Amino acid sequence: MAQLIRANVEHVARLARLALDDDEIEQFTRDLGVILDHAQQVAGLDTRDVAPTAHPLPLVNVLRPDEPHRSLDRDEVLAMAPDVQDGRFRVPRILDAP
Amino acid sequence: MTGTALELAAAVRAGDRSAVDVVEEYLAVVAAREPELHACNLVTGDSARAAAAALDAAVARGEDPGPLAGVPIVLKDNLCTRGVPTTCSSRILEGWCPPYTATVVERVVAAGAIPIAKTNLDEFAMGSSTENSAFGPTRNPRDPSRVPGGSSGGSAAAVAAGYAPLGLGSDTGGSIRQPAALCGVVGVKPTYGLVSRFGLVAFASSLDQIGPFAATVADAALLLDVIAGHDAADSTSISGVRERVLPVIDGGVDGLRVGIVEELTDAEGIQPEVVAAVETASRALEQAGATVDRVSIPSAVYGLSAYYLIAPAEASSNLARYDGVRYGLRVDGEDVATMNARTRGSGFGPEVKRRIMLGTYALSAGYYDAYYGQAQRVRTLIIRDFARAYEHFDVLLSPTSPTVAFELGAKTTDPLAMYLSDICTIPSNLAGHPAMSVPYGTGEGGLPIGVQVLAPALGEPVMFRTARVLERSVA
Repeated sequence: MAQLIRANVEHVARLARLALDDDEIEQFTRDLGVILDHAQQVAGLDTRDVAPTAHPLPLVNVLRPDEPHRSLDRDEVLAMAPDVQDGRFRVPRILDAP
Repeated sequence: MTGTALELAAAVRAGDRSAVDVVEEYLAVVAAREPELHACNLVTGDSARAAAAALDAAVARGEDPGPLAGVPIVLKDNLCTRGVPTTCSSRILEGWCPPYTATVVERVVAAGAIPIAKTNLDEFAMGSSTENSAFGPTRNPRDPSRVPGGSSGGSAAAVAAGYAPLGLGSDTGGSIRQPAALCGVVGVKPTYGLVSRFGLVAFASSLDQIGPFAATVADAALLLDVIAGHDAADSTSISGVRERVLPVIDGGVDGLRVGIVEELTDAEGIQPEVVAAVETASRALEQAGATVDRVSIPSAVYGLSAYYLIAPAEASSNLARYDGVRYGLRVDGEDVATMNARTRGSGFGPEVKRRIMLGTYALSAGYYDAYYGQAQRVRTLIIRDFARAYEHFDVLLSPTSPTVAFELGAKTTDPLAMYLSDICTIPSNLAGHPAMSVPYGTGEGGLPIGVQVLAPALGEPVMFRTARVLERSVA
């Protein structure tokens, strides 16, 4: 299961939106293989009757009163953005060019 | 060094010392040691002086400035401070000023503490040596050729070097306790949910917890009492009345049942001096009236593997927000996906990328149940084993770190060897339990050793009572 090949790592990098160079892909192919080998310790355990723990507190649906309150100041937030236009975040095109 | 936080706050509240003088004294220590240690990403001297002057004026008017009056404090640079750069020691957030302040920072400031620096960390708190900082490593004040531990290495080194009596860090798998051990200070990971995480930059949300650094157990209790408590802004914070710790720390350990965790003490790779320190600590507790026995937490040996699936998986999700759109670095590309990938490829350092890759893989189609799901089941086993142990014991003991501080560069090329630094601290994060490191003698090279005290959820009072006895027995 932990037999990682370069193509797996390239696929995961695309999923994670990480532009990696050749050296990094090679490095991570090796590193992830070693770490996942170690992870086989848990992957191989018999846990048929064990429920997963996603969170250490028994919290269910924490609700707050639905009351309006001040949110962050728009100008202050936009001042930290890399690119802004007309009070909005500006990004390169998302869809293919027409 | 000008005294404990308790002494300083008492003197400032009484008008015997001015906060301005206190802050100047500590800033002088920072100026003297910082060029060598690099514990800080930013020293906020001017705002510290202004806050100290305002506090002195409040004292002169007869107002109560709070239990941390005039006490300098350092803040790990993953705690948001409005208008003050918060970098997580990452290029991707370089220069970013948060539009809000973390609840813990608001609480310590409201209690009269004076923030004097944002401290260095492993990028996004991922690491055990502070060598993963994009701005260069921090050095251990006890021996600058050694690491301070991590990821809160900057806060640990700053408190150990006398920059401030108090510090705040965050602990996801040991990031407060391990550097506290390596630098010879007290470090506390509170019960999950005891301290609000609003404004803590998220790493692994089911594990992250904020906690204190201090030179003494009492000062750590003082700070914990200020930061603990429900916060409506953090839905994972525990509501309801809780017991304050400081008033009970001198309760002693008479009649307490103490268990030495076999799996965390006899494990391979733990230095003999570290094991000996745990034995000595247990005898000190016995002399103080506790009974000591050995206890097995069989699933603890799987903690590290489970952690290195759960934490990266959660991190890969949490760090999706660094996409070059709303804040931080942007590297342009012809479309938004290319811009995202280039921004992240260029802004994140190697360890952060490694963990995002590992986490994305562990969550990807076909592997989710084998890795992430299985790790979550192991987490249940660890919680069960602890519950069984706490039927017979009140607190548990183990080493904090398998070794004393190691040389810079010793583990940077071997990720797994670095991960093993957290083998003794991770189980408490997985269980959501409190644990703290108390300095207990020295080992190889005269470097500090930390003994870890573990307690069940919300067991801070008994944990601190035990730590206090240990502290006195070593002095």
